[in-house]
Amino acid sequence: MQTITQRLANPTQFMELSARVLPWLAGAAAAVIAYGLYLAFFVAPPDYQQGETARIMFVHVPSAWLSMAGYTVIAISAFGLLVFRHPLADVSAKAAAPIGAAFTFLALVTGSLWGRPTWGTYWVWDARLTSVLILFFLYLGLIALRSSIEDETLASKLTAVLALVGIVMLPIIKFSVEYGKTLHQKASVLRLGGPTMDPSLLHPLLVMALGFTLLFAALHVKAMRNEILRRRVKTLQMAEVERAQAGRLAAAE
Amino acid sequence: MDLAIDLGPHAAFIWTAYGVVTLVLAGLIAWLILDGREQERRLKDFAARGVKRRSERS
Repeated sequence: MQTITQRLANPTQFMELSARVLPWLAGAAAAVIAYGLYLAFFVAPPDYQQGETARIMFVHVPSAWLSMAGYTVIAISAFGLLVFRHPLADVSAKAAAPIGAAFTFLALVTGSLWGRPTWGTYWVWDARLTSVLILFFLYLGLIALRSSIEDETLASKLTAVLALVGIVMLPIIKFSVEYGKTLHQKASVLRLGGPTMDPSLLHPLLVMALGFTLLFAALHVKAMRNEILRRRVKTLQMAEVERAQAGRLAAAE
Repeated sequence: MDLAIDLGPHAAFIWTAYGVVTLVLAGLIAWLILDGREQERRLKDFAARGVKRRSERS
């Protein structure tokens, strides 16, 4: 009897399993996000201080959480590649990078759009905003480093090392609002002692966070499937070249 | 349920934020779907030419 990890370690079995799971994951993400948007616009009241602009929170906060969760997925995958040589670890790390970068971009843009009416500015070079911008560049660095090296094995190992080094950014981002100089508010949901947010705003936020997380998972699975197919195409291209070379050699003899 | 949404004086910021999120996520989904179709098309192309992976040859 194989464990789920062993089953997922085999790319063929992963393709079979993910083909069955993906439509449900995508459907659940769409349904939960649709419900979350209904709550965000028709149920949640305006914030007593920020008014209607607090509704940006329902897309900003899930994006920000997923920018860090995406990097955690990459770091765990990198660890899985370097330590356990899990066959799908590198596929997972490569697939998660552009998705994580997209959510980090969204966290930065929506935060900026929220900042202008709240703080009076789109951007300040403070601890939280700057550390998230560095995380975005780190994502771009991982993507650029991988695409700049032709040897797939070497590229995967080097990006895995960079990913593990870069994980230092996660606690810096998390604690930047506690110890750094910043306009950004302190943690009000994921904190010791529980959330400080009113349930009328917290509930829609958690629903949107669940929907975005399901979407992230669906996108990641789809990107992993694409990467496995891309590697199969590459293998076949090499097989075709070898066959053509063998044919030429046979003809020459 | 009131379907007319009045988001106050900062409505443009709110709609822009939701618009950017929609555009970026829709773009990401479209890119992944198109990329997957392209890889499947290339694999079918190889199969039509009789090129197989080692695991498929036996």
